[in-house]
Amino acid sequence: MDKREKDIEKLKDYKYGFSTDIENIRAPKGLNEDVIKFISNIKKEPKWMLDFRLKAFERFKQLKEPNWQKPKYPKIDYQDLYYYSAPKSMNDKPKSLDELDPKLLETYKKLGIPLQEQARLNGIAVDAVFDSVSVATTFKDELTKQGIIFCSMSEAIQKHPDLVKKYLGTVIPTTDHFFATLNSAVFTDGSFVYIPEGIKCPMELSTYFRINASETGQFERTLIIADKGSYVSYLEGCTAPMRDENQLHAANVELIALDDAEIKYSTVQNWYPGDENGKGGIYNFVTKRGLCKGKNSKISWTQVETGSAITWKYPSCILKGDNSIGEFYSIAITNNHQKADTGTKMIHLGKNTKSKIVSKGISAGFSDMTYRGLVDINSKAKNSSNYTQCDSLLMGNKCGAHTVPYIKNKNLDSNIAHEATTSKISEEQLHYCQQRGLNPEEAVGLIVNGFCKEVLQQLPMEFAVEAQKLVGISLEGSVG
Amino acid sequence: MTEQIKTDFDKIVKTSAFSEKDVEQKKIYLNKFLKTGFPTRKLENWKFSDLSQIIKKSIGELSFYNDYSFSNKVDTSIFVEGLEHNKIVFINGRVEKVDFTHEDHDKIEINSDFKFVNRLEHNNSLLSLNNAFSNKCYKITIKKNYSLKKPLVVYHSTNNKIKSKNINLKLEFQLEQNSSLRLIDLFNDGAENNFINIFYNFDLKENAILKNYKIDKLQNKNIRYSYNNIEQDNNSVSETFVLSSGSNFSKNEINCNLKGEYSSAFVNGIFSLNEGQHHEIRTIINHLVENTKSYQLIKSVLGENSKSAYQGKIFVDSKAQKTDGYQLSKAILLDETSEFNAKPELEIYADDVKCSHGSASGSLDENSIFYLMSRGLSYKQSKELLINGFLLDVVEKITDTEIKNLVKNMIGLKE
Repeated sequence: MDKREKDIEKLKDYKYGFSTDIENIRAPKGLNEDVIKFISNIKKEPKWMLDFRLKAFERFKQLKEPNWQKPKYPKIDYQDLYYYSAPKSMNDKPKSLDELDPKLLETYKKLGIPLQEQARLNGIAVDAVFDSVSVATTFKDELTKQGIIFCSMSEAIQKHPDLVKKYLGTVIPTTDHFFATLNSAVFTDGSFVYIPEGIKCPMELSTYFRINASETGQFERTLIIADKGSYVSYLEGCTAPMRDENQLHAANVELIALDDAEIKYSTVQNWYPGDENGKGGIYNFVTKRGLCKGKNSKISWTQVETGSAITWKYPSCILKGDNSIGEFYSIAITNNHQKADTGTKMIHLGKNTKSKIVSKGISAGFSDMTYRGLVDINSKAKNSSNYTQCDSLLMGNKCGAHTVPYIKNKNLDSNIAHEATTSKISEEQLHYCQQRGLNPEEAVGLIVNGFCKEVLQQLPMEFAVEAQKLVGISLEGSVG
Repeated sequence: MTEQIKTDFDKIVKTSAFSEKDVEQKKIYLNKFLKTGFPTRKLENWKFSDLSQIIKKSIGELSFYNDYSFSNKVDTSIFVEGLEHNKIVFINGRVEKVDFTHEDHDKIEINSDFKFVNRLEHNNSLLSLNNAFSNKCYKITIKKNYSLKKPLVVYHSTNNKIKSKNINLKLEFQLEQNSSLRLIDLFNDGAENNFINIFYNFDLKENAILKNYKIDKLQNKNIRYSYNNIEQDNNSVSETFVLSSGSNFSKNEINCNLKGEYSSAFVNGIFSLNEGQHHEIRTIINHLVENTKSYQLIKSVLGENSKSAYQGKIFVDSKAQKTDGYQLSKAILLDETSEFNAKPELEIYADDVKCSHGSASGSLDENSIFYLMSRGLSYKQSKELLINGFLLDVVEKITDTEIKNLVKNMIGLKE
């Protein structure tokens, strides 16, 4: 094996595949009312929160698991999972980062997440979620000065119950689909953001999700509210250890933008994708939905999906306010035996609403990728428009790339345009790059990055660089 | 419905001369249909058109029994003028006339007693219904190296003797090597509120050429479902044109299996709808081997309360390298109450392919109207001119000049 091959071999490994040996507190295995009460109790939740969960659970019992998606998976035994797992040291929440379990700090250091104060220079406020609970939130003081609330969901339920009560479940109600309802019943933690009227959040807010314990599902819930005229940019990143079993991740994310507010939500998803034979990996079944509630509001989703054994999610925008804007930029890369069924929904309800969808799918190895999207223009949404572009790139003939757009137009003043192409990297392009001294791997990396550029540009600086690298790594070994 | 359909089935078995084996077979199909009933919107294929609801709303109770013991008089006024052609005439689902006067008789074989062997593993309940109730199936074979001199027109007529009936038709065509067929389906309905269920199967051998034009132009209150299955060998070409305009509800499904290299399939369609009409075209083009090609163009003009849907799927097998697949659907909405739905789908497992689709919908371009009006046309004229130009694009795709002109005359399009 020459040096280059060795390098590739090394890169192929999942960098974040280690697990942290840390003592856990878990809820009893299984899903029933007692477990929900246990979770609610350990988090010292008020009664209305428990009622919210129980109501969702009642509804969950009547729901059937959907199976219309393209990637099929073996049946999940919902009674064979732990619904709550927390590092023991978090039992009495530490007051400051200094009191945090050094093992936890170590973990986040390995992941490259700046939790410690010396990482201040980075200028990103981070909320770190480890298994079921939030372990640390940085830069709190600075944000509080501006009136911005950025904390864990559990803390928000204790300290800002009015806000939580007012908005939780308004975009994803407890009566939603199977996985969203499951989340409503058992969600453990997550981030809560409130940006007061007229405030532009001075820094990027970020949550870092880490699944550590085995046999555990992660169910976090994020709620972001941008009050009138405010702006926030929010990032999330995710990793998990390498394990042979499949782990479930079913999060709910709700965004609410009031009049003239803007929310930018970026995801770099790098859950463990399973090994090259398709063993193990995370099932990423996430519900993300944004509501442009007020006039002139804007919600923009950007996602780079490189991880997970199965990704199944459709970050959506409900454009309710007049003149509101919804955007969706996505890069999804599947390699080996990974599968993805992802896309977006743009639901136009208000007048003069606009939406834009740019989706780039790359499949290699034995993987399978589906773009599935809905553009629905209601009869009242006068003068609205949508532009959709979805391009797929295939590497090899063992993989698949599919496009399933649903287009519904009920308004004569509205325009919808949809374009999709599927192709492979052309021999000419490869030849051109190689002629100029790039090896095939580098050439492919360069071309793919060009293919994704439109989406990468939407990411905040620091993450764009990371994402660009990730795109390269995800495709290593797929050329030939 | 279940009671009705069972009694009707028994009645048919009693009055017809089916062999015991046939009856057994038909019973299996009937039970298969009864298990699922008419398709509902829960099925992905019927997402945009809930047939079960549509039948319930506009027909109510369907009757499945048709008395085929007496013949109907063929009304010659329905025949196309100015075009010499061969004829097959269906009246109320019964074959009344088969006429191939323009052709060499030893080059065409017509088998009126053909047993429709169902090769398709299917979940289509309407095919089960068709198999259970269709009376006779004609198989028409075009022999090697023979091209029909004149087009074949299949007249689908109904008269006012029937109402709230379900009619099932089936035709099987085999085109042997180097043969060609031009086929026009013409719908003339005198009856109202019937559900007409048509299945065609085409088998195209090497170098065969099929051109099928389906013309549903006359306003009528029937519900129509038509399914074309086309199997294609090396170098064969199929061209399907659909003018979807007359019936109250109509769904055309075209399933095309490109099994031979260098075979190609073309599907072009026009929806021109008004007043409460609801039409759909669904295509599935399966590219199964290398070097196959498909092209689809669907355009809609939607007036008051009308709704059109296009579901097009291009499937590319992992063996089918060098596939060229294209799909385009465009719609003009003329009224606040009109609705356009599309689901252009790509399912691709090979990497060296060129596949794309596009879809656009919106209202008539105000700037173009302004341009025309500033040159002296009235608003109405400008609008008509723009719509005609929009649709002409599709008609121009018809490769047979004789039939292209016929279609242009029928829909009043002038160049």
